[in-house]
Amino acid sequence: MSDLPETRHGVPVTSSNGQVVLHVPIERYQEVVQALFDEGFTMCVDLTAVDFLTHRERSIPGDVVPARFEIVVNLLSIAARQRVRLRVQVFGDDSTVPSLFDLHPGSEAMEREVFDMFGIAFEGHPDLTRILMPEDWEGHPLRKDYDMGRIPVQFKAAPGPR
Amino acid sequence: MTTVSQGQGGAADTSEGAQELAPREAVAAAELLRESGAVLRMSEASVSELAGQVSEDETMIINMGPQHPSTHGVLRLMLELEGETVLRSKPVIGYLHTGMEKTGEQLTYMQGGTNVTRMDYASPFFNELVFSLATEALLDVEVPPRATWIRMLMCELNRISSHCLFMATNGMDLGAVSMMIYGWRERESLLAFFEKVTGLRMNNNYIRPGGVAADLPDGWREDVLTILEDLPPRLAEYDVLMTGQPIWRDRTQGLGVMTPAEAIALGATGPILRSTGLAWDLRRTMPYLAYDQVEFDIVVGTTGDVFDRYAIRLNEIRESIRIVHQILDLMPKGDYRVQDPKVTPPPRARIDESMEALIHHFKLFTEGFKVPEGEVYVAVESPRGELGCYLVADGSARPYRMHIRGPSFVNLQSLPHMLQGGMVADAIAIISSVDPIMGEVDR
Repeated sequence: MSDLPETRHGVPVTSSNGQVVLHVPIERYQEVVQALFDEGFTMCVDLTAVDFLTHRERSIPGDVVPARFEIVVNLLSIAARQRVRLRVQVFGDDSTVPSLFDLHPGSEAMEREVFDMFGIAFEGHPDLTRILMPEDWEGHPLRKDYDMGRIPVQFKAAPGPR
Repeated sequence: MTTVSQGQGGAADTSEGAQELAPREAVAAAELLRESGAVLRMSEASVSELAGQVSEDETMIINMGPQHPSTHGVLRLMLELEGETVLRSKPVIGYLHTGMEKTGEQLTYMQGGTNVTRMDYASPFFNELVFSLATEALLDVEVPPRATWIRMLMCELNRISSHCLFMATNGMDLGAVSMMIYGWRERESLLAFFEKVTGLRMNNNYIRPGGVAADLPDGWREDVLTILEDLPPRLAEYDVLMTGQPIWRDRTQGLGVMTPAEAIALGATGPILRSTGLAWDLRRTMPYLAYDQVEFDIVVGTTGDVFDRYAIRLNEIRESIRIVHQILDLMPKGDYRVQDPKVTPPPRARIDESMEALIHHFKLFTEGFKVPEGEVYVAVESPRGELGCYLVADGSARPYRMHIRGPSFVNLQSLPHMLQGGMVADAIAIISSVDPIMGEVDR
């Protein structure tokens, strides 16, 4: 869409299938969410992450450096009936992201899920433990380098060593 | 291959460790705020003051579930009680986790519906719908009008059946056991219709990218009309049995109260949000399918308590009946899926006479169709709230990332807030009023 401003709160804006997407650098993440909150985006509908390990060349604005992980936040403005989506690039395997808990208490379970599934830690989160996997689970299942795991199908005899 | 770490025996085999509700002294102030449902009401200072008031000797932490009949499957709650009063609580989930988002990355878009439909097993059509809408948004395909209206018909009937299930379980949780039988009976007639249309009672995989799997069978209109005629007198019976009944009212009114601001802050959607008086229904506020062409009312509550959430669902059944009547009148003729051989399979008869149709059929079911690179978030109003699907495509035939925003998962966060200060017996009523479906919570 051509009527979209190129930047909003100082970060690049793109349109993805008609939806407004803000590409927020991680240093300005909380600040932009706060600015959007003041604008009326008071509901954090969804918070998730994507591991772009095997798909680095994705469509993002030229001046945004693609990282391995992306935090994707969907905010909703009840008054204006609008949505915005934030995409935050997260570098490194063990990087931390500031938590939105203070502003959106409803992001609590979703941040825990992202921590559980991707191993991304949220700074300032009150209870950062695994939520879906058992506490002693090793690895983070939704990472792309986490193998699916399979049970071999036994046709006649148990498979021998190959 | 992944290995599951082995427990060392003893407590480690059964305990979830840090996921559990910890003793007071071991809990940080912010976490204590959340567990006592006071995130929005008290400052950290006043909570630490409160923490000092309660001595450990007078309270106990008890475990409820995951095998408790009122927890709708495998929800486990840990409650800190002082006598019968709930001071803190924490839902512990994950007992039904089957890695469906990971599985979704291994399946083609064609197969994806079979996966997502198993998430919210009480309203499978909504899961298929949101996945199909997201795929179609990425493909930039427009489905024929008849497919849209068939989708609406099935979704509204599914909303009725899902709410009937809620009526049944909610009644049972609160001691109105006959209500359970009635709720199941109504749901049964709807499931029989689903079976006639889709071949399956649940997990239908009927709504697919590009349209629906098959056209409606002969005599569908009469079947729907029979259901629609049977329902209203039975709903009137529910009113006699529950809505107007003093015991029911005493049991549910004023329990688990939420304000609109609290519901928004906690991300609660669906009947929980509407019970606070906020008229937010995606069918009206952000229309999808053809909901802007039918007339219906958004049912809202006033106090945001358990009774309001019950009454909202009961009246949403009535609104859905209204919508279905309009759908019967407006159902257009035409294709029930896109006639694009790259997306939908050719009709069975064409395969016998056309080599090209055979090739398309084979390619579709082995490789699947390729979806252009992009990302999209689509949301629909499921019986439990906003059901969203975030899809990332990398240009191949499988989603690069498929994330489902389950309303039950997010709504569960409001439990500590609603339970705080109530009785244990009321906790059952409050959990029931959230209507969580654990298949969707854990995915």
